Amino acid sequence: MGKAEILKAIKKNKPEKLPIPSLDFPSSNGQDLKTLYEERLTAGGGEVISAKDKAEAEAIVKERMGDYKFVAGAFEALNTIDLSAIRDPHELELLDLAVFEGVLGVAENGAIWVNEEVLVHRAAPFITQHLVLFIREDQLVDKMHEAYKRLRAHDYGHGVFIAGPSKTADIEQSLVIGAHGPKSLLVIMLPPA
Amino acid sequence: MANSGYERYSTKTMELFVNNFSEYDYVVAPSGSCVYHIRKHYDILKQTPEVQKIREKTLDICEFLVNHATTDALKSSFPYKVGLHQSCHGQRGLRFAKSSEVVGEPFSIVSQLLEKVEGIELIDLQRADECCGFGGTFAVAEEAVSVKMGKDRIQDHILNGAQVITGTDMSCLMHMEGIIRRRKLPLRIMHISEILNHTEQHEPSV
Amino acid sequence: MSHPSEAKKFVKNENRVNWHDQSLWHVREKRDKAVNLFPEWEQLREKASQIKSHSLSNLDYYLEEFEKNATANGIKVHWASDAIEHNEIVFNIFREHGVRRIVKSKSMLTEECHLNPFLEKHGVEVIDSDLGERIVQLAKETPSHIVMPAIHKKKIEIDELFQKHLHTRPSNGDENYLTAAAREHLRQKFMKADAALTGVNFGIAETGEFVVCTNEGNADMGVHLTPLHIASMGIEKIIPRYEDLGVFIRLLARSATGQHVTTYTSQFRKPREGAELHIILVDNGRTVQLGREKYRRSLHCIRCGACMNTCPVYRRSGGHSYQSVVPGPIGSILSPGIDMKKHASLPFASSLCGSCSDVCPVKIDIHKQLYSWRQDITREANEEPAKKFSMRFAGWLFTHPNLYKKAGKFGRKALKILPRWMIYNSLNAWGKQREIPEPPKQSFQEWYQQNRQKNG
Repeated sequence: MGKAEILKAIKKNKPEKLPIPSLDFPSSNGQDLKTLYEERLTAGGGEVISAKDKAEAEAIVKERMGDYKFVAGAFEALNTIDLSAIRDPHELELLDLAVFEGVLGVAENGAIWVNEEVLVHRAAPFITQHLVLFIREDQLVDKMHEAYKRLRAHDYGHGVFIAGPSKTADIEQSLVIGAHGPKSLLVIMLPPA
Repeated sequence: MANSGYERYSTKTMELFVNNFSEYDYVVAPSGSCVYHIRKHYDILKQTPEVQKIREKTLDICEFLVNHATTDALKSSFPYKVGLHQSCHGQRGLRFAKSSEVVGEPFSIVSQLLEKVEGIELIDLQRADECCGFGGTFAVAEEAVSVKMGKDRIQDHILNGAQVITGTDMSCLMHMEGIIRRRKLPLRIMHISEILNHTEQHEPSV
Repeated sequence: MSHPSEAKKFVKNENRVNWHDQSLWHVREKRDKAVNLFPEWEQLREKASQIKSHSLSNLDYYLEEFEKNATANGIKVHWASDAIEHNEIVFNIFREHGVRRIVKSKSMLTEECHLNPFLEKHGVEVIDSDLGERIVQLAKETPSHIVMPAIHKKKIEIDELFQKHLHTRPSNGDENYLTAAAREHLRQKFMKADAALTGVNFGIAETGEFVVCTNEGNADMGVHLTPLHIASMGIEKIIPRYEDLGVFIRLLARSATGQHVTTYTSQFRKPREGAELHIILVDNGRTVQLGREKYRRSLHCIRCGACMNTCPVYRRSGGHSYQSVVPGPIGSILSPGIDMKKHASLPFASSLCGSCSDVCPVKIDIHKQLYSWRQDITREANEEPAKKFSMRFAGWLFTHPNLYKKAGKFGRKALKILPRWMIYNSLNAWGKQREIPEPPKQSFQEWYQQNRQKNG
């Protein structure tokens, strides 16, 4: 098929080998990452609330739940659905709320990394109507460079940076929250471990 | 000719230019795009010492005044509201000013000169450095878009209260003046050298 | 059919042009605001450009490394020399799995390969799931912008379109209502799809994974629900190292929309348990472009669309006036490489203002490549003889100083004494909406001889 042909064409047409640059972006020392994180996530349509511990975080989520029927994720006491018991991800369609613990947060853009291990189902944080992520302050890094340095040690089948609720501006550039995925994202910030 | 894709037909003109001007210390032009052409596109000629020299020594009038002359003696006075049209070839091509796309300290040798003029009030624009739509044969080949660009550029100056639009490039100015005169718009076009040459002794020209 | 004639049609409706221009300028302003927040922007652009240049200079190695690592991860890697091969690979996989309905997230590559009509011809239902793409799909149009496919459409037009196809009630173009309707409609499609197709933003050789960026989450909704995910990737999308992602992710969304990052940056390394993951590496003219030294750098493109948002011509002529899959400045240097004759007018659809090159996050010298294409096109494509003659004539006139002087004198005189209709008529494109400069009484040379030389 195409492989041999493509590689041959590249060898013939590519220029002489050029150097690869080193990436040494200084980290922004002393910056208040929590404040920056909050500013950037809010700009992306998310919301940040601080809690003093996991118990308080759970209470915040419980209050938010209102009349949600189908809840799943990290706070077992609140769950009406056990993610690990679900085989077919289509069943997640009825999820009102999913709650997960973030692995890593990025201050410069508000993104939080979660992976399959945390999510159980890859589809879960996308198909749910609302999403809550919680993260400890000391899991924040300043920029994407640092994020990838840390993620290098992780093994994952799928992982995703999430930086807000699902949104679109495809109708005359007007921002609408809740395109296909969650209509809201709440991030609960916990103190350092 | 070169911008139209016929660079190859212009080599004889280029050679003639080199012959005519190579004896001078500097060649000064009232047009950034001409200077850009000489500096950047004369690379298709054989790089004789004359060609190299002329590519180096051909300067736009603003460059010449700022870098190679003393402007203290300029006794210019021009008590009007002036909008500066940053022509693209000078700005992005020859880096007379920081373009709005680039992140960094702002600078502009053109405003630097205009700020020396007594009484002048330089206005700010909504779009600091959008193209006016001249673009050489673009002005004719893409007439509809070219004119729309020109109208929009002028409108920005009008909305911000300019009495005069100035710039460094004759061709952009000719294009905008053509639109202004046809539409009988309430402002004038002047080349920057006309403003720098303007003193109190002159009758007000606006 | 050429850019000027299409652009002229677009410009006719001045209110609409102003609206289109302002929508895109607004995005450009958001971009400026975002990038000016940190001082290392220019350094990031430079690094990104260097990474891409290096990657292209070693592309065969990185593609093979990618294949090796991706295969070890359990991804099935395919290679396609051109659009036809690509489409056949896709369809063969579908046939094996009995796929009848698919959801697709935005992929300019599948647009380039004209995959949708191919699959539809073979009885596969294709649903574009990005809202903008769904809009143009329902309208039977093509995307007019690579990041904002329906940027040319007014709310009220989308309202009418949805009434017809999604049976919505008239809402006077209420974007919240319309988006909610699309959400319901597309959720049904996601639930019923047999397979999902996505593009690729970055492929990482070192880890054998690839990255898909969206704001809506439509790519993820599709692929995590279906048992089959096929990703199509242009071979130039390869980057060498995992850490390189840091540079590109920081540049992409800020350049594209002024967001600090897209809502979802989804990274695929292994197939989901019980599902299959395929990636198709597509050439389709890219290796040819790699061999063109002057145009090689166009392969740096990360498809952010910033050059379109900034381009004063694109904003006033609309994406469809380019009549190529990728419109705007970047399209005008990519498309002639694929079919020079068909796209001969595109490199001329620019005033060469250079804003595209300054805004480009991977530092493609777009306006210089436009200039080069002009030289190549006039040499190789069939130009109108009239233009060719006038250029030759000008070249000759400019090298005969005495004749030039006489012509100038004659011209100045003629402009003064000729009646207006002889100067301003349909043959004079300049004078249609602009005055010709008032002829000076004398040339600069004549003035200088009179006023300065004698005083000298």
